[in-house]
Amino acid sequence: MQLFKRYFLPRLVQYLLVTFLGINAAFFIPRLFPSDPVLETIGAIRSQGTYLDPATVEEFIEDLRELYGLEGTLGQQYTSFWKRLFRGDLGISLFQFPEPVLGLIGKALPWTVGLLLTSTLASWLLGLMVGGIAGYRPDRPWVRALDALSMLIRPLPYYIFAFLLLILFAYVLPWFPLGGGSSIGWRPEPSLRFLGDLARHAFLPFLSLTVLGTASMYQMTKLVVQNLNAEEFVQYAQLGGVKGRVIIFKYVLRNAMLPLFTNLVLSLGQIFGGALITEIVFSYPGLGTLTYHAVVSGDYNLILGVTTISVVAVTTGILFSDLVYPLLDPRVRYR
Amino acid sequence: MRVLGDLFRDFRFAVSFGVLVVLVGLVALSAFSPYDPTRWLQVPKDLPPSREHPLGTNSKGQDVFWQATFAIRNSLLVALIAAVLSRAIAVLIGLVAGFRGGMADRLLMFITDSFLVMPLFLFIVLLAMLLKNRLSLTGLGLLLGIFGWAWDARVIRSQVLSLRERGFTKTAILSGTKTLPLVSKEYIPHVLPIIFSTLINNMSWAIGMEITLAILGLLNMDIPTLGVMLQWAISYQALLLGYWWWYLTPTVLAVLLFIALYWLSVSISEYLDPRSRVQRVGAR
Repeated sequence: MQLFKRYFLPRLVQYLLVTFLGINAAFFIPRLFPSDPVLETIGAIRSQGTYLDPATVEEFIEDLRELYGLEGTLGQQYTSFWKRLFRGDLGISLFQFPEPVLGLIGKALPWTVGLLLTSTLASWLLGLMVGGIAGYRPDRPWVRALDALSMLIRPLPYYIFAFLLLILFAYVLPWFPLGGGSSIGWRPEPSLRFLGDLARHAFLPFLSLTVLGTASMYQMTKLVVQNLNAEEFVQYAQLGGVKGRVIIFKYVLRNAMLPLFTNLVLSLGQIFGGALITEIVFSYPGLGTLTYHAVVSGDYNLILGVTTISVVAVTTGILFSDLVYPLLDPRVRYR
Repeated sequence: MRVLGDLFRDFRFAVSFGVLVVLVGLVALSAFSPYDPTRWLQVPKDLPPSREHPLGTNSKGQDVFWQATFAIRNSLLVALIAAVLSRAIAVLIGLVAGFRGGMADRLLMFITDSFLVMPLFLFIVLLAMLLKNRLSLTGLGLLLGIFGWAWDARVIRSQVLSLRERGFTKTAILSGTKTLPLVSKEYIPHVLPIIFSTLINNMSWAIGMEITLAILGLLNMDIPTLGVMLQWAISYQALLLGYWWWYLTPTVLAVLLFIALYWLSVSISEYLDPRSRVQRVGAR
């Protein structure tokens, strides 16, 4: 109970506040700008060569206003926005009319979450272990090689790195498919061949996110561990003849993990954005590719829906990580 | 001069400095371009690199080399605007939060943390979508600048928090120094190194974002930037058609730029940190 009051309650309040702010931003930003999504949609339809007579345009404007939730005063729009949100109604997509936005997001979200979860977990564990050993023995030749490699990979942004992998492993060496989540025409089935196909399509996006994540995790871990090496408890363990492997994994990494975990939690929003960008490169059928289609077709409802759901997803991910943190840090548990 | 000599001993600094000099040279060359970068069909289409066109020509009938000089110029311009604006915001928030403390600190840090954890990419896309076709290079720089400050504001705040507890702050306050001169004369020099190294990192972030927005088709496609160049190459299927000189030029330039900026920032901040400097150049 003490833990709940002291640790969880402030975080829960912050979670609700940040989520509320983020959703509000998604509501207000489009309304702060002079550009009218309704007129732009009509302009887009017209520029495709469709003729619309004035009466139809009037009717269409009415319909679109209702569709976009732009009817009535700002106050009315605001209350109806929240009412609809709680009913899980994010409006209807224009790019795949009349599919509801929530349905499209529901189909895309599992792909993104799966990609994000596996690659973040993999890069976190890999970076922590390799970085830990490297920080403990910084003079080995393989550590120097890894340092050089991470210095080359770390600065590359998600888009460029994914694009390089795409050129290399899909065009120059056609080992992996150019894009998509699974081969066209395949039905989901629990067969080995289908799972293999899924893995083949997921491999490059996964590799891209994992390598970038590992490079930065490796560097951070190495830095933290190098600073810990000078601490008395490590030197005492060394003098006491504790094996190097035990010192790294039981002594050093357990301490190094805490700041690194906080760092991971704070950069979750960025990693999420990176996953979306990577999906766009490989046309992986998650939220990123959905965002791409929404942008290209000027689908405001869809982009607002994706933004709202992403805010909730990321802040919930952070809240969840905060709940896990006491398991790692005994100082939070007992005090 | 000795500082520069010490810095050049680090090969990362030397390499990245060299790369940046070459890139800035290309930017300067853009002023002498024989072609207008916005016009099509200036030269024969789809030629591979030759003496006349060192990096070939593209399917729009433009010379890739001269196009690239404009692209680097514009991308760097956007990055500089974004980085300078976001530095200004970060310094202001970091200084005020760190120095005032209390309620102001808590409020500002709440805003900062909210910015930090939000999926900013989607908000930037949303804004760029609303401003579509009206977004100039300056506008894009400012837009990115509004979003790129949160992490660095936190870093500056924690620096100021430690400065505030040092003896010279108390001496200054007791001898009647006003807040503004104290902050601008005494604190700014201390946070200047952080401002500089985060400026470089932020430029890198802004260029990455610019490339992504261009790929989404949210930038003015007539003004060449690294992202716009790449987007044209992709939309003309340069990958499938094997016009490697077209899509590789912006990609390789971007990779060189990102690595050079990163190495420069790492090298400088290592030099500024006394512990790692002693390791590198020895105690003097």
